[in-house]
Amino acid sequence: MVRHITIPPHQPTRRAWLQQLGRVAGSGAVYAALTQLGLAQASPARADFGLGRATKGARVLVLGAGLAGLVSAHELQRAGYQVQLLEYQARPGGRCWTLRGGDRYTELGGASQHCEFAPGEYFNPGPWRIPYHHHGVLDYCKRLGVALQPFIQINHNAYVHGQQAFGGKPQRWRELQSDFQGQVSELLAKVVQQHLLDEALSAEDQARLLEALRSHGALDAQGRYRAGEIAAERRGFGPQPGAGVSAAPPHDQPLGLHDVLASGLAGRLDLGSGFEYQMPLFQPVGGMDAIARALAKAVGPQRIRYGARVTRIEQDEHGVSAQYEELARPGRMLTTQADWCVCTLPLSVLSQVEMRISPALRAAIDAVSYFAAVKVGLQFGRRFWEEDEGIYGGISSTDLAIRTIGYPSHHFHARKGVLLGAYAFGANAYEFSALPPAERVREALRLGAQIHPQYPAEFEHGMAVAWHRHPATLGCFAWWTRAARERHYPQLLQMDGRLILAGEHASLLPAWQEGAVLSAQHAVTALHAKASA
Amino acid sequence: MKKAKLLLTISLLALPALAAPADEGPRFSAGWGFDQRSGPALYAAICAGCHMPDGRGARGAAAYPALAGNARLAATPYLLRMILKGGKAMPAFGSVLDDAQVGAVAGEVLRRFGPPGLSSIANEDVAALRAAIQQEEGSHPP
Repeated sequence: MVRHITIPPHQPTRRAWLQQLGRVAGSGAVYAALTQLGLAQASPARADFGLGRATKGARVLVLGAGLAGLVSAHELQRAGYQVQLLEYQARPGGRCWTLRGGDRYTELGGASQHCEFAPGEYFNPGPWRIPYHHHGVLDYCKRLGVALQPFIQINHNAYVHGQQAFGGKPQRWRELQSDFQGQVSELLAKVVQQHLLDEALSAEDQARLLEALRSHGALDAQGRYRAGEIAAERRGFGPQPGAGVSAAPPHDQPLGLHDVLASGLAGRLDLGSGFEYQMPLFQPVGGMDAIARALAKAVGPQRIRYGARVTRIEQDEHGVSAQYEELARPGRMLTTQADWCVCTLPLSVLSQVEMRISPALRAAIDAVSYFAAVKVGLQFGRRFWEEDEGIYGGISSTDLAIRTIGYPSHHFHARKGVLLGAYAFGANAYEFSALPPAERVREALRLGAQIHPQYPAEFEHGMAVAWHRHPATLGCFAWWTRAARERHYPQLLQMDGRLILAGEHASLLPAWQEGAVLSAQHAVTALHAKASA
Repeated sequence: MKKAKLLLTISLLALPALAAPADEGPRFSAGWGFDQRSGPALYAAICAGCHMPDGRGARGAAAYPALAGNARLAATPYLLRMILKGGKAMPAFGSVLDDAQVGAVAGEVLRRFGPPGLSSIANEDVAALRAAIQQEEGSHPP
């Protein structure tokens, strides 16, 4: 039997493809996928998380200095534990990462990219936005003084683009959204007026519905969505009103319902509808890694050993030990010991690390593969999206392989700017990953120029990160299947002797930094309870 | 200096869209599944990302095993199972490839990296293994 799922991830959000999935496969499939992704869960973090006092002198080894490792170390240290971290990379943060001018990034396979972004410009190849309800991440930002600024998710003036829609001409989200909402409201008003809902709704409710539809859809007094001032207040005017000698501003003709439906773009207007994407969202000022740097500073740089590749984790009733290779001196193996261990290495890595753990935990570690994603950051010498097109922050979506163009939510009116030029998922992510970095940039430019023809003239420099080529994670985030969640997830969160796992993979919010934070709080709570018993 | 960069940029963009031979299919698929059909095109779109274009694998905090010289390729069911179901860090591709595509990409791996004489895979073999995997996944262990 052929099970060929062809669900185009038109939207730059995972929630959006879930909605696509719902249309194709029904709500049961969506619930299953929701369970896999953990998106059905809100963050249960509470402010001012803290452990009690630790047994004096107890030592904890934390493996991995990403967000989960840093939060674990920080909380354990605050409770009085002696912590030591081992980190493969030469910097803290893991996937909480920002590329700036002067950085060098060498991916698996050896291809090296030297970042030449202008001073002050940056690109977050990993997480780039923080929902207002991710209380755990926000609480550490607040406690550690990490300055936040708004991240613009929905920009009414950004584009929705389909290669086959409107001759490939990008549509303003504002116009498409207003016209779809207006036309659907008019249709529903007609249905009410033709008494087709008399059985479903009382006369009073029908009157209320008509009243609501007029304001919901920007309908006129007759319940019609027509060119004119009412609709223009939503979809915008032809020339902007406000000055000039014309007595009345011209009103563009809205798109008809058929045109909107035939374009295939109507289902791609929900960029900001999903719980994780509702405004406001935030980003740290100057780059996402501000969070990692603040946490690493709080933990103390002397506590973190960088360039350490963990190869084996042993434990017995007395303690734990980790064997690691110093990358600076290849082949040189060192061992460090502690009373307890919080292990935050990605499962993609842990599945190759020798560990003295229960068969059930080993099975859980081996049951999860990692989601593929690719991001490309493009620096342009002129902010043409602002100057020419009036797009200040936000996201344009496309069915091209780049899927997304993200405009910077900061440095408005600066001379240069860095766009997120591609955020590819699924098949497109594998296809991008297989290309050399320079070719990924070239393809992002070639495709993006279909939306912004200014690309070739203004392009200066690009950086392309394919997460399956990342030497420390070998993938983007834990891609739990429903079956694996059901069989293995509870085991993954159990304390195994003197060791416990943490990381976004050990949470119901995979891919989000909040998942890493929550799992770290869960892990240190369990560890502390056992250590205090 | 800026002018030189600009010229370079334009020349890069002016390259023909890195056109592949007709039988290799598109460089980018339209949806969630893969649109390439031939073994070489599927290898280039999927396998090369991690196992590298020449099959030598890669090593970082953990490794992507080399396909070149990999003794496990001697067992065709092992290869097909890895493609369909995945294992550890290897993602499952069973839901994004049809039987002919699985056969084509497995055949390509065997042709390039496997023992001599093992490079043709029948669609029925893929279908049978796919069914067996589905059955395993449906039955939970005690």
